[in-house]
Amino acid sequence: MNDYLSGLSALWEQYDVLGAFWTNIQLTFWGALFALVLGTLLALMRISPIPSLQWVGTLYVNVFRNTPLTIIMTFMVMGVWTALQINLGSDFSTNFFRLAVVGLAVYHAAFVCESIRSGVNTVPIGQAEAARAIGLSFLPAARLIILPQAFRGAIAPLGNTLIALLKNSTVAAAASVSWETSSTMKTMLEFNANYRWEIFGMFAIGFVVLVIPIGLATTWLSRRLAVKR
Amino acid sequence: MDQTTSTTGQPAADEPAGAPTPGRALGAPLVELKHVNKHFGALHVLQDIDLTVRRGEVLVVIGPSGSGKSTLCRAINRLETIDDGTITVDGKELPAEGKALAELRAEVGMVFQSFNLFAHKTVLDNVTLGPRKVRGMNKKDAEELARSLLDRVGVGNQAEKMPAQLSGGQQQRVAIARALAMRPKVMLFDEPTSALDPEMVNEVLDAMVALAQEGMTMIVVTHEMGFARKAADRVVFMADGQIVEEAPPEEFFTAPRSERARDFLSKILTH
Repeated sequence: MNDYLSGLSALWEQYDVLGAFWTNIQLTFWGALFALVLGTLLALMRISPIPSLQWVGTLYVNVFRNTPLTIIMTFMVMGVWTALQINLGSDFSTNFFRLAVVGLAVYHAAFVCESIRSGVNTVPIGQAEAARAIGLSFLPAARLIILPQAFRGAIAPLGNTLIALLKNSTVAAAASVSWETSSTMKTMLEFNANYRWEIFGMFAIGFVVLVIPIGLATTWLSRRLAVKR
Repeated sequence: MDQTTSTTGQPAADEPAGAPTPGRALGAPLVELKHVNKHFGALHVLQDIDLTVRRGEVLVVIGPSGSGKSTLCRAINRLETIDDGTITVDGKELPAEGKALAELRAEVGMVFQSFNLFAHKTVLDNVTLGPRKVRGMNKKDAEELARSLLDRVGVGNQAEKMPAQLSGGQQQRVAIARALAMRPKVMLFDEPTSALDPEMVNEVLDAMVALAQEGMTMIVVTHEMGFARKAADRVVFMADGQIVEEAPPEEFFTAPRSERARDFLSKILTH
């Protein structure tokens, strides 16, 4: 029994599990930030009155939503960095981290876009008509009237996208971010097969602990911020 | 010249059939529709509509549902596009889109059946938004203007509330103030009392009558005959996408000329 516990604690000391989770949190934070900006722009394009912009937005969503994230991540390293020689940082780890953030952002932006569009659908058409009727053109009407209400209606689906993004941040392993959780777990398993259940459990519980508050917070926020009609 | 046409009894060549009531000086044509056509699929909702509304005139559009009266009203600030014909407001033809259209819409006030107050903004912000964001007015002046307009329609004490906290009648009066804040040349009312509980209809109509008496040019789609009698210069009766009859309100309600109008009036007057 003592051997078992000391083995576990040795494992904990040997590998930086918390640091690995911190990496995923950082990937998620930056990925979510850029995905939100890009996704909002895409949603604007898709609801705009200009057909060519609608078309570009639709094309983007259909391409990136339907491409596996692993392929996007691998492309970021093999295509963007190796082949196109685009460096996003001076050292390897910064570069890979940023490539992974870009991969996460461009993939999840498609989902953010569709979440916001579902939010736009919660805003009655009369709101847009009233905005137009007082002389607001498309962009000011979207910024002042439609999007503020759409975001409040989109909190729940945006929360789901954030949860997916946090878990998908483990795919950064495919972009050579080898110090994040899934890579760390794999290494630990490889050298400590006798503790495989404990190692699996450790990482599984870690993600559950991170995800549950996001779900609770978005449910609470979507109720609190709901637009009363 | 236009000042006299309606009072001398010698209408100009383009004077519509039902001339405005004598005694009220009307100005030059402000809203003009010429040969306006619109289809919804196979349905011909506006059929060759010709209509002139003069400055200061209050026009009531009446007719059975599906007659195209709402579409007509909405077409005047291009919330509905038209297939052909022209619509001019103050001599300017309606632009198809973009900045020019937004500028024209700012000159045309619109009040909707379902109020359409901005649900995420306070009553005060609903009214100041247009002056600030479209006219570039500063916050202080816009709030001063908004409060005076809200007072005028009797909801000054509701300024800090959210729209959902107000009754339908109060919301509609805020909507009128919001439209007035843009200092429009003409006000469009698309069935402004149809979604209201009966006891709230009068408070909205009173605000509209006051507006009419101040000389605002108004195009009002409504079934409120009391309002038409009290405030309208002219009633336009529409059916099946056409203007069937135009007359001063008293004449229209007591002695409608067309069979279609008689039939319609008998249906809404029986009970």
